[in-house]
Amino acid sequence: MTKYLIKRVLIMIVTLFMIALLTFCLMHIVPGSPFTSQKQVSQAVLDALNAKYNLDDPLWKQFVDYMIGVLHFDFGPSYKYTGKTVNDFIEGGMPYSGTLGLVTLVFVLLMSIPMGIVAALRNGKWQDMLLMFFATLGVTIPSFVIATGLLYIFSFKLGWTPVYGVDTWKGYILPMIAMGGYSISFLARLMRSSLLEVMGQDYIRTARAKGISEFRVIWKHALRNALIPVITVLGPTIANLLTGSFVIEKIFAIPGLGGYFVNSVTQRDYTTIMGMTIFYATVLIAMIFIVDIFYCLIDPRIKYE
Amino acid sequence: MEHILEVQDLHTSFLTSSGEVKAVRGVSFTVEKGESIGIVGESGSGKSVTSLSVMQLLAGTGRIVGGSVKLNGRELVGLSAKEMRTIRGKEVAMIFQDPMTSLNPLIPVGEQVGEMLWSHDKALSKAEREARVVDLFQMVRIPEADKRLKSFPHEFSGGMRQRVMIAMALACKPDLLIADEPTTALDVSIQDQILKLMRSVQKEMGMSIMFITHDLGVVAELCSRVLVMYGGLIMEEANIFDIFEQPLHPYTMGLIASIPDLNQDKKKRLQPIIGSPPDMIHPPAGCPFAPRCPYACRICLEELPPVFRAGEGHSSRCWLLDEDAPSTGNPLKNRKEGQP
Repeated sequence: MTKYLIKRVLIMIVTLFMIALLTFCLMHIVPGSPFTSQKQVSQAVLDALNAKYNLDDPLWKQFVDYMIGVLHFDFGPSYKYTGKTVNDFIEGGMPYSGTLGLVTLVFVLLMSIPMGIVAALRNGKWQDMLLMFFATLGVTIPSFVIATGLLYIFSFKLGWTPVYGVDTWKGYILPMIAMGGYSISFLARLMRSSLLEVMGQDYIRTARAKGISEFRVIWKHALRNALIPVITVLGPTIANLLTGSFVIEKIFAIPGLGGYFVNSVTQRDYTTIMGMTIFYATVLIAMIFIVDIFYCLIDPRIKYE
Repeated sequence: MEHILEVQDLHTSFLTSSGEVKAVRGVSFTVEKGESIGIVGESGSGKSVTSLSVMQLLAGTGRIVGGSVKLNGRELVGLSAKEMRTIRGKEVAMIFQDPMTSLNPLIPVGEQVGEMLWSHDKALSKAEREARVVDLFQMVRIPEADKRLKSFPHEFSGGMRQRVMIAMALACKPDLLIADEPTTALDVSIQDQILKLMRSVQKEMGMSIMFITHDLGVVAELCSRVLVMYGGLIMEEANIFDIFEQPLHPYTMGLIASIPDLNQDKKKRLQPIIGSPPDMIHPPAGCPFAPRCPYACRICLEELPPVFRAGEGHSSRCWLLDEDAPSTGNPLKNRKEGQP
């Protein structure tokens, strides 16, 4: 197990390095630079700017210097916002994106898994139809449409929730629903089909043949087995929720990470692009890693060598 | 003798989108105390459905639509799910066909067997339960029983898993053990071990066994009486000697003729039964075997034969036993005259 963990961590580092390298190359292939703007800037100024930020160095040296900085947890200064560092962006945005992500995650889990269970146990009955109808809506309607609808009804018409910002806890409610909608629907469908499949397995019949209650058959024998596929997709889902959705943050004016990420790309803010990508990739890889470890705890057939 | 199980005119159907599948169409038999009875038939003959009806573990849309199932004199048809649970595992237990999929992959085997004990005796402490499970594992000859309690199913071979299933079924000392093709999924050498084990535990515990199989050879090893099922009906019932020596139903004869024989001339080919089983949504009006039967007459296609008694505990659902049956080409009458 220890050997496996060490191997996994090494692979994670290599993966992150490759992601950084690829992003760096792609970023520099795209025409333009952080200092391209509509205003005519004299060549002398550009040269001075490039020299200040070492953008006149050969590319490989820029990459090496940058990666050395990353190793010291220094993602460098932003090229667009004078006096701000990428670390400032992450530290500033993460609390909002993280909080929203966490409440959404709890909300998603509390909704989707019971929904899937009820739908599976009432397979073909009206409860199943109703839940799967909403689940289909949830996966097909884009989150910004849901968000706009929610804002119109609950903020504008009813006035129950603020229209923008997260100054009070109420501000998190609508973004949470809008952002979680897709994941709830997706996970509920997955939970339903997984539980239906498990309920048809031979070992469920064996459990029933023991004369134990149907509740115990489901709780003890079916659910744990049915959760395995759900846990598989939970890693990427958690990473997605935690690092924030640009669209949702934009609609609800939440100063999270998503906005910085998108702006940095359109503005060629090299260090911010790199910093955000590496940060997002790290969270994603870490979540997948945690899920793999979790597997081991829930399924004794999985042994990591 | 004392009836452990008494099944009277059992009808079981499955509702499907294309119609009602009449899987069992009026089956009656009894199982005596300490007896082992074999139910033989090909896939779709209704043998598994009969056993699952007794357990009331029918999958999906399966329903008992008529008849009676009495266990230890108590009617099971119509019992509530809760009452049925007190019987399942305690009075009647079941071993299933595929040991690879019949155990929960996420729960240690000791706990799975222990759950059977817990289910019917909540007063038992955890330590007592574990001790009982070790005893059971020793009885089914799982080596190093005390060390295997915490093992998971995937750490066992197929034969060992079937031993776990047997231990589970025996845990509450049931009066009737239903074994639904318990050796079909196993290697031949392991099959033999499992059959020997079942025979020895039966001797030890004295319960009745209902053995469902498509393999007459397995029946010969373990059972004293045989029911041959086809098309949801019992076609022939006889003790184990009569079924091989004097089969009365052409289907039984066909089954016996299709058993490979080591001493047989190698040039002679095995005799298959030509054709396939009937459609159980629209079962034939006459004998279900008639379309495949080499001796079929017109009446066989038109009218379902009644059960003819032909001696002590021997009966057959075949028109050949009727008084008016023609003697030319009749395998039964020829045998009576020509053979010993």
